[in-house]
Amino acid sequence: MNHLRRLILGEQGLVVLFVVAFAAVALLVPNFFTERNMLGLLQSVVTIGIVSGSMMLCLASRDFDLSVGSTVAFAGMAAVMGSNMTGSVTLGVGLALLAGLVVGTVNGVVIARLRINALIATLATLQIVRGLALIASNGRAVGVNEPGFYTIAQTVVFGIPAPVWVMVVCLAAFGFVLNRTVFGRNVLAVGGNPDATRLAGVDVVRTRIWIFAIQGVMCGIAGVLLASRITSGQPNAATGLELSVISACVLGGVSLAGGRAAISGVVVGVLILGIAENAMNLLNIQAFYQYLVRGLILLLAVMLDNLRSRALRRS
Amino acid sequence: MDAASPVLRVDNIAKGFPGVRALKGVSFTVPAGTVHGLLGENGAGKSTFIKILGGDYRADEGTITMGGTPFSPATVKEAMAAGIAVVHQELQLVPELTVGENLTLGRFPNRGGIVSFRALHERAESALAAVGGGIGSRTKVARLSIGQRQMVEIAKAVMEDAKVIALDEPTSSLSANESDVLFRLIDSLRARGKIILYVSHRLDEVFRLCDGATVLRDGHVAAHFASMAGVTRDEIVRRMVGREIKDIWGWRARQLREEVLAVRDLSGARLPAPASFSIAAGEILGFFGLVGAGRSELLRLVYGADMRQGGTVTLAGEPVVATPKGAIGVGLVMCPEDRKADGIVQGRSVAENIVISTRRHFSRFGLIDSAREASVANGFIEKLRVRTPSRKQDIVNLSGGNQQKTILARWLAEPALKVLLVDEPTRGIDVGAKAEIYAILYDLAEKGLAVGVVSSELPEVMGICDRILVMREGRVVAEFLRGSFDEHAILAAALPGDHDP
Repeated sequence: MNHLRRLILGEQGLVVLFVVAFAAVALLVPNFFTERNMLGLLQSVVTIGIVSGSMMLCLASRDFDLSVGSTVAFAGMAAVMGSNMTGSVTLGVGLALLAGLVVGTVNGVVIARLRINALIATLATLQIVRGLALIASNGRAVGVNEPGFYTIAQTVVFGIPAPVWVMVVCLAAFGFVLNRTVFGRNVLAVGGNPDATRLAGVDVVRTRIWIFAIQGVMCGIAGVLLASRITSGQPNAATGLELSVISACVLGGVSLAGGRAAISGVVVGVLILGIAENAMNLLNIQAFYQYLVRGLILLLAVMLDNLRSRALRRS
Repeated sequence: MDAASPVLRVDNIAKGFPGVRALKGVSFTVPAGTVHGLLGENGAGKSTFIKILGGDYRADEGTITMGGTPFSPATVKEAMAAGIAVVHQELQLVPELTVGENLTLGRFPNRGGIVSFRALHERAESALAAVGGGIGSRTKVARLSIGQRQMVEIAKAVMEDAKVIALDEPTSSLSANESDVLFRLIDSLRARGKIILYVSHRLDEVFRLCDGATVLRDGHVAAHFASMAGVTRDEIVRRMVGREIKDIWGWRARQLREEVLAVRDLSGARLPAPASFSIAAGEILGFFGLVGAGRSELLRLVYGADMRQGGTVTLAGEPVVATPKGAIGVGLVMCPEDRKADGIVQGRSVAENIVISTRRHFSRFGLIDSAREASVANGFIEKLRVRTPSRKQDIVNLSGGNQQKTILARWLAEPALKVLLVDEPTRGIDVGAKAEIYAILYDLAEKGLAVGVVSSELPEVMGICDRILVMREGRVVAEFLRGSFDEHAILAAALPGDHDP
């Protein structure tokens, strides 16, 4: 019993629980552990997964970003309209990334330089950017004219769809950035104590702006892949994405108080959300229940995290 | 005192934390209508005892009895009900509420859930009148001075009809005038038969106020004085430290060299009057003054931590950019006053806290060199004798002295250090660690660094500095050279009031 406790409340407790849950679902839910379903599952979490990496940095530095859903939709719209207008997929994609970068940088400057509370600032950009997407498209979906644009999401490399590869690379890159770069360590230090970090000679304002700028670009990438998969620019795409992404991070043990984050946790968090949805789909459970289950999973995970930090403090 | 008057009897109290015995076999008694000093070094167990008394902690063993009734409060509420009130160092008031609301918090007079403000303020006013000081019940706490807030806390105790009032370092952030008001209040509470437990480092106050005292050392009672008659200051100090301390400063003469740091007419939002000073290589310059005299503000301006409004800072003739990053770049660094808020990065390891700045010298293309970082961190942990199980330990688990050493290590790791500014380097640190920190400062000065030290402890400034600047109300008002250090003259210069032009 004590052994089990230590395993679950230990450093890798989340991963252990995840493996157990995964095995249980694989055994109990028919058609779950098949190649086709696994690939489908991974594809369904691409948007969340790509944005989660940068959201992890954002939360780790004690910041917050509610505007990611809107930015994904806006960037997707920019990609479709850009490639339709110029006839070049590359230009369209470039425009989408630029759109994301601009939104993110504006967020960063407003929050870090002008010192506006991140929750409020991104609540504002959430609405502004969604509004821009609606205005640009006149509220309607914009179909893709360039065939090259569909193929982004349809490309398969080594049997795995390209968007999944992009997600894997992004998550790996964020793990590397967090652990092995000065930037990543500074992000954690800013989250641990921003004042002390500034007095230790770290340019805190610049670090925070960078985090939001990167977040914007990641939204741009996610927006392109999403638009390519649904073959159109949808002004209402990715509504509520910010909640899923923050849930995934928190599930993964990223502290909202800043200073604590690990990419392995975020990966697990993303997968838990994906598996819950996927398993319920396979079991033909009505979509309404999925909200309930996701909420409960989040609550459980946070309570577990609470137990874990208390156990850590005691030792 | 008649036989019925309640006596506070503490019997064989013990309390352990994982790995530490905080208190063992603590016993003493305090009669009603007396002020009793609770003395000891940091870490001697005073705070733990006060917390047990106030219901924050539970004792592992032993009993506390009030007037013959034993009680062991499990919550602050229970302690209050038993007649114990603790006024903590960090005051527990809600700044955005009025004084009256704070006094009645949790027990608002109400009718069917609707607060009766008239009754509330009436009750509060009568308690406030008992403590004096002319504080209005309808004033917001945020607008009161620290001294006034303390009065409010005491009024709360009076309102609760507390029999024992414990004051934890009550004068640590009070001016001399505010302290006097507090002392008069304590005298009047004593006259009304209350028991006052008075925790303080300031022995002058203890002799002024206390009828008896208990000295704690390493969690046990090192001495109990039922009366202060015939007790000397030296005796108390000896009991506190358990050994004779002759010279904990260990100052030695050093060769002063050329001027390194020159500050001219520096001013900022919180230091409007321009201030100037300079420090030579090999010199330790002290800044003395009362809390709020502007010493920390001056250091922060020099370091670029706060925005400058005027003036210049030059290092070896070159102007220093007014940001921490710019200052560090030329070898000018600062250990801030508030270690918790501005010094340590919570949640990160000791090693991270050491290399956070200096890693820029050996990180290539923004990549961490883990091996190098580990060796730098381990080197300083060993050199400064930072007591930590490993460099990977979260810094919040270290004691104050070891956190301070970690922050010193952060700057000693800088390859081209020229000026070190330290703000209250030994606050909240025990005597042993203090001596180690002084040794580090001497060593740096010996190597030709210019060192600036802010301290509120006059003996410390006089003990370790080569020269002292006194600040008063935001201005540098006097300078003393070692050899002409005079405790009374320095203190007189620091105190507000009438001064010769």
